[in-house]
Amino acid sequence: MTAPRPSRILIYGTLGLFALYYLMPLFVMVTNSLKPLAEITGGNMVALPQEWTLAPWLSAWSTAQIGVDPSGLRPYFWNSIKMVVPAVAISTLLGALNGYVLTKWRFRYDTLLFGLMLFSCFIPFQIVLIPMARLLGLTGLAGTTGGLALVHIVYGVGFTTLYYRNYYSAFPTELVRAAQIDGAGFWQIFWRVMLPSSGPITVVSVIWQFTNIWNDFLFGASFGDIDSQPMTVALNNLVQSSTGVKEYNVHFAGAIMAALPTMLVYVVAGRYFVRGLMAGSVKG
Amino acid sequence: MMTRARLQELLPKLVLSPSVALVAVCVYGFIIFTFYLSLTDSRILPSFGWVGMENYVKLFKLSHWRTAVTNLVVFAFLYIAICMAMGLMLAIFLDQRIRGEGVLRPIYLYPMALSFIVTGTAWKWIMDPGIGIEHTMHAWGFVDFEFKWIKDRDYAIYTVVIAAVWQSSGFVMAMFLAGLRGIDGEIMRAAQIDGASAFSMYRRVILPQLRPAMLSAVVILSHLAIKSYDLVIALTGGGPGRATELPATFMYSYTFTRNQMGIGAASATIMLATVAAIMVPYLYSELREKKQ
Repeated sequence: MTAPRPSRILIYGTLGLFALYYLMPLFVMVTNSLKPLAEITGGNMVALPQEWTLAPWLSAWSTAQIGVDPSGLRPYFWNSIKMVVPAVAISTLLGALNGYVLTKWRFRYDTLLFGLMLFSCFIPFQIVLIPMARLLGLTGLAGTTGGLALVHIVYGVGFTTLYYRNYYSAFPTELVRAAQIDGAGFWQIFWRVMLPSSGPITVVSVIWQFTNIWNDFLFGASFGDIDSQPMTVALNNLVQSSTGVKEYNVHFAGAIMAALPTMLVYVVAGRYFVRGLMAGSVKG
Repeated sequence: MMTRARLQELLPKLVLSPSVALVAVCVYGFIIFTFYLSLTDSRILPSFGWVGMENYVKLFKLSHWRTAVTNLVVFAFLYIAICMAMGLMLAIFLDQRIRGEGVLRPIYLYPMALSFIVTGTAWKWIMDPGIGIEHTMHAWGFVDFEFKWIKDRDYAIYTVVIAAVWQSSGFVMAMFLAGLRGIDGEIMRAAQIDGASAFSMYRRVILPQLRPAMLSAVVILSHLAIKSYDLVIALTGGGPGRATELPATFMYSYTFTRNQMGIGAASATIMLATVAAIMVPYLYSELREKKQ
């Protein structure tokens, strides 16, 4: 449907205004991260820097005070990477296997089992914090990157299973049966028949898991310590620290650093990110 | 050969079992454990002195908890209503054969890729009277302009709504846009031939078809609202005072900083029950539909 002229102007105007609204915080973060502090406290927030400087970025990365250490965000950035990579890989692989079993090797009550796994994605994680802290403490995983990765695998596998199950249920079962008649076993079918056609859903699953785990704060704050806290926790410590002058420009630079990896993924593969979001609202 | 065949038969279930075991222990086992703790006198550490429903009685007598629940109701209602209204409007507008749709859509949606800690940090300073909107308006010469909501006990909760809507409304737009694009063109053409105006077309033909998308959006947004934790921590830290305390921040502080684990566990149980009341019927109907 195409609306008449005057209302089209209104429509374009509204859409443009909303685009500005969504872009404004990003613009504020970027410009103010490139200003000396005096220009923020003395000037206005939406002005471009008069004196461009990278000092806030360098400070946020390597010298800013995080908690008790003037370490900058750098070590925490690596903590996040070390946690995210194995957690994404393992949860995605488990999801693929689960989806394969749940669609091509069906058994009694498999839908109920899947429903129980799916519900686990939506629980408020407050309900598992206390026992998980105990379990990590008892197994010596408390405060380690491995422990955090494990937590993210446990509470991410429901989503990855959802993705692959929905995707594989549209995959022709006849092909699987044909391969079986040709003598292919469980693993052969998985590696030779299912996985080669799983490219798109693997991209969706990896992006979803990467974004969610990178952006997590609750688990990182609850179960991490200095050697394993992720970027989000460090950023929050940087911004909330009450000692000394508030270095807003450093805070903005740090916020962009914490946002950069997921933003990059969004720019490169936004289409898949949206597909993941949609499937995450279950309607596949 | 016999054992090999048996193994082949068992293999699928064996492959599924690690995930099932993890979920059984770390989700359902932990839920039972936390529920059990909520019936005990646990304080710093779990303890097993049975106190029955006492923690729940105490919880609902705490003004701190009642504030958190009231805040959640206000926050969730505004967050959902505004996201839905904005999402619907943007989706309908974008669906009018707009030039540049490919540029606008990703701009509306990118906040969803950010951490709530990043969103909270950005909006914390944008809404800060000292350097943010108020300061900027003063610099532009509007010296009477005031915007101190984030420091005001009566208004701070609305700043959480503002930041949360910024993050999620694009996502609702995308859901509605997908719904609009999925509507059968034949139906619209038939309505047009019957002489339906654009307005009545939307009201009578298009909106009713968006009902599944709306239901999904409400369910997703309400469960996000109940789980909201990071955003409040980064934006206001629950303050000023307790003005933006939510059940999630209440649970954390009672359990881990105030050493009232029994009450913390009770509050977590209430949160779970609320989410389950929304999600279980929804997931049940979704899975049933899929089967057919």
